[in-house]
Amino acid sequence: MALDPVILSRIQFAFVISFHIIFPAFTIGLAAWLATIEGARLFTGNTLYRRVFDFWLRVFAVSFGMGVVTGIVMAFQFGTNWSVLAAKTGAIQGPLLGYEGFTAFLLEATFFGVMLLGRERVSPRFYFFACCMVSLGTMFSSFWILANNSWMQVPLGHAIVDGKIIPADWMQIVLGPVQMVRWPHMLFAAFLTTGMCVAATGAWYTLRQVHRDEGRVMLHWGLALVALIIPVQLYFGHLTGLYVLKHQPAKFAAIEARWKNEQPASEVLLGWPDEAEERNLFAITVPRLGSMIASGNWTAAEVGLESFVKEDRPPVVIPFFAFRIMVGMGLVMLAVSWFGNFLRWRGTLETKRWFLWGTFLSFPSGFVAVLTGWFTAEVGRQPWVVYGLLRTRDAVTPSLTTGDVAFSLAGYVLVYAVVYSFGLHYIYCLLRDGPGADAKAGAGLTGATGSRPLAFAGNPDTATGRSARQQP
Amino acid sequence: MSGLQPSNLALFWAGVIALAIMVYVILDGFDLGVGILFGTTADEAKRVSMMNTIAPFWDGNETWLVIVGAGLFATFPTVYAVFLSAFYIPVLLLLFGLIFRGVAFEFRYRSQRMRWLWDRGFFIGSVLVAFVQGAAVGAMMRGIRVVDGQYVGGSFDWLHPFAVLTGVGLVFGYALLGAAWLVLKSDGALRDWAYARIGWLVAIVFVIIAAAFATVLRVDAGAVAQGHLADRAWGWVFPLLGVAALMAAVWGARARRDALPFACTALFFVAAFLTLGVMFWPYMVPYALTVANAAAPDVSLRFLFYGGVVVLPVVAIYTIGVYWVFRGKVHGGYG
Ligand code: HDD
Ligand code: HEM
Ligand code: HEM
Repeated sequence: MALDPVILSRIQFAFVISFHIIFPAFTIGLAAWLATIEGARLFTGNTLYRRVFDFWLRVFAVSFGMGVVTGIVMAFQFGTNWSVLAAKTGAIQGPLLGYEGFTAFLLEATFFGVMLLGRERVSPRFYFFACCMVSLGTMFSSFWILANNSWMQVPLGHAIVDGKIIPADWMQIVLGPVQMVRWPHMLFAAFLTTGMCVAATGAWYTLRQVHRDEGRVMLHWGLALVALIIPVQLYFGHLTGLYVLKHQPAKFAAIEARWKNEQPASEVLLGWPDEAEERNLFAITVPRLGSMIASGNWTAAEVGLESFVKEDRPPVVIPFFAFRIMVGMGLVMLAVSWFGNFLRWRGTLETKRWFLWGTFLSFPSGFVAVLTGWFTAEVGRQPWVVYGLLRTRDAVTPSLTTGDVAFSLAGYVLVYAVVYSFGLHYIYCLLRDGPGADAKAGAGLTGATGSRPLAFAGNPDTATGRSARQQP
Repeated sequence: MSGLQPSNLALFWAGVIALAIMVYVILDGFDLGVGILFGTTADEAKRVSMMNTIAPFWDGNETWLVIVGAGLFATFPTVYAVFLSAFYIPVLLLLFGLIFRGVAFEFRYRSQRMRWLWDRGFFIGSVLVAFVQGAAVGAMMRGIRVVDGQYVGGSFDWLHPFAVLTGVGLVFGYALLGAAWLVLKSDGALRDWAYARIGWLVAIVFVIIAAAFATVLRVDAGAVAQGHLADRAWGWVFPLLGVAALMAAVWGARARRDALPFACTALFFVAAFLTLGVMFWPYMVPYALTVANAAAPDVSLRFLFYGGVVVLPVVAIYTIGVYWVFRGKVHGGYG
């Protein structure tokens, strides 16, 4: 593949959005988790929950800050690299992303500030209310993003005037049927991501025999929440698959690596799709299962990629594997959480070291599933950027040169490498030191405001932290 | 699409965006300016105090840039598309500068060994951001090449000596705003240090702005702007106001009235902004896209309007609230 501005812009977009989505996926879940644990504290009065809450609040603040930093970059990507897309669909995408921004600003300007600084200044009930509002805010934020992306996947409610795509019916655009299954799929994905991280952190402390009580709470709550949510998520995954089958049959065929039209259709469980030869190597297939999955009976005919002209086909390898990894991660979560709850019931959860290790090591499962899920959706949508309306290669900024994009991509990689390694190191230190470490940092609270959450994290391990700044 | 006459909604949103740019320039201007001055001293005590004067504000200030970006995409998508393509490289440098500054701010206190890196990042980031913003204004004055609603120039068209001049001008302009802010928010050695710089900075800014203004009034590239300024003779009050504000800033610094330099410099920025407005209106991207022909259809503008009237006042109140909570001089530091 020749390096042209289109391919480089695609790589760049995939790069920056992939780094961005990691933080929203985590913060949407963390906000909900914080509201849950604060509710439990309010209800039971147990101060242990307060310690758990304070600890995760710090992690939340840092992740939220990283989400904002990487999000600001996103706000400019559409214009810099996809200016035809921006000009043609801005009348629809602009307001949707605008509402996302509005939601985030409102959140920062109001309840997030209360959450960071208001513990001593407002009543416990109001504090809990603020936590719920922050959680709602992150959910609405993702609602708008998903509305936008769902419209790009299955455009509805628009009209085309003078070559521009303009809104005709906002209800359909915002609350279309596709949005109503993809948004829950994304929300539950975020909850699961955080749930696995909470449980893994609990397992880590239990293994290291530190922060026993807090670790227990995290382990038990995390596993219980994941166990409850995962079946629902698998069901919404199924619904998502049905929309793909209905509206984007080429993507569906790519996910299934089905080259030929088949009746009855088999299911390729694993294999290596060979795009040049249009066949699968080393394939493990189950006869008739493909018909069952797509149409609910054992004999239905299913469309293969051969039904689509070459220039309308998506790549196959990435959607094929990304989809399987996502589903695989779902199954890992199912196994870990259900077996973990079985052990809870038996009362041996904290003593089975191999299981604790397993839980600890599955902390990235949510992130991996989220990324691979998005790769399935976005690569499978190719060659369209707005499905059926605008091709990706026609959407790129016409004035860009290969040199421009090579330079910007290299720049992003470099800048993100520096910023990310520090940010992640920092979150790692917070997690490693665990609850209570904040007491040492003490002054961590003072510099942070809703719009400056990174300052909230204080600095547990060097004496040159924020407290040093209090007395210069 | 709307015809030649912009709809009321388009005017409303153009006004909101203009106001947001204005607020952004003054607010982020002073903290970028402090970042620029930060690099001109090696004295750690001064550096710490400088950082403290902007600590509670800088991030909120940048929010206004996101409002401008997201607002443009939503309400004037063609402007958003053209502007960001024409300034691909500068926008990239702007984002990198902002990221580095933001991170440097939080990380410089967390490591002794790497502090030099973050300090340099903070200074260079601030200079870079100021420079590309100024250069973009200069490049706009020369006009942007647009065909069929897409930018058709090259990647480095913006890098013209004139744009370099305006870029350098804004670096000094922000430094002036920063010095005035330090005077307002600090006392003792730092305030004296900042006071000593105001006169110089005003002189440099004045020379550069005057040179740039004179160039625009002469060269062909500014023909449309010249015509506008000639038709709108009343528009001359703004440059005059700007000059008066600069003189008042110097006088305020001489008289040691701590609040005056900042107020006057801010007024100077408002006057400069309005001068540009007089020269450009009704163009949003000179001399190609007007408010009327770049606006999204009214269905989009109205849809966003409901959110805007709720959110924008809240953000404004929040901004004022933060400045109120952290009012007065910084003594120990806000932390
Ligand atoms: C499913 C969730 C999701 C997805 C797919 C995206 N975002 Fe995001 N974004 C969020 C969920 C989110 C969030 C949870 O709302 C964040 C994370 C932290 C925060 O402050 O808000 C956020 C922050 C955030 C910010 C910073 C806002 C601020 O200053 O507070 C911007 C400008 C964007 N995003 C823009 C984008 C764009 C243009 C995207 C796509 C192309 C995108 N995000 C994908
Ligand atoms: C509202 C949210 C999103 C929007 C509006 C969006 C839009 C886009 C656009 C404009 C492109 C570039 C054109 C193209 O290649 O199709 C793209 C590509 C891509 N996006 Fe998204 N995207 C969104 C969310 C995400 C997320 C959260 C991910 C997660 C990782 C993601 C992954 C990708 C990938 C991997 C590509 C490259 C695909 C390819 O070029 O083959 N996207 N998307
Ligand atoms: C049986 C299990 C699952 C199935 C059948 C399934 C199905 C799907 C399908 C078909 C897509 C592509 C949608 C599109 O093209 O727009 C998708 C996307 C996605 N999946 Fe899954 N999924 C499953 C499990 C999971 C799990 C466990 C997670 C995360 C914890 C997850 C997270 C995502 C995300 C973030 C996306 C991208 C957003 C979207 O397109 O809606 N999925 N899923």
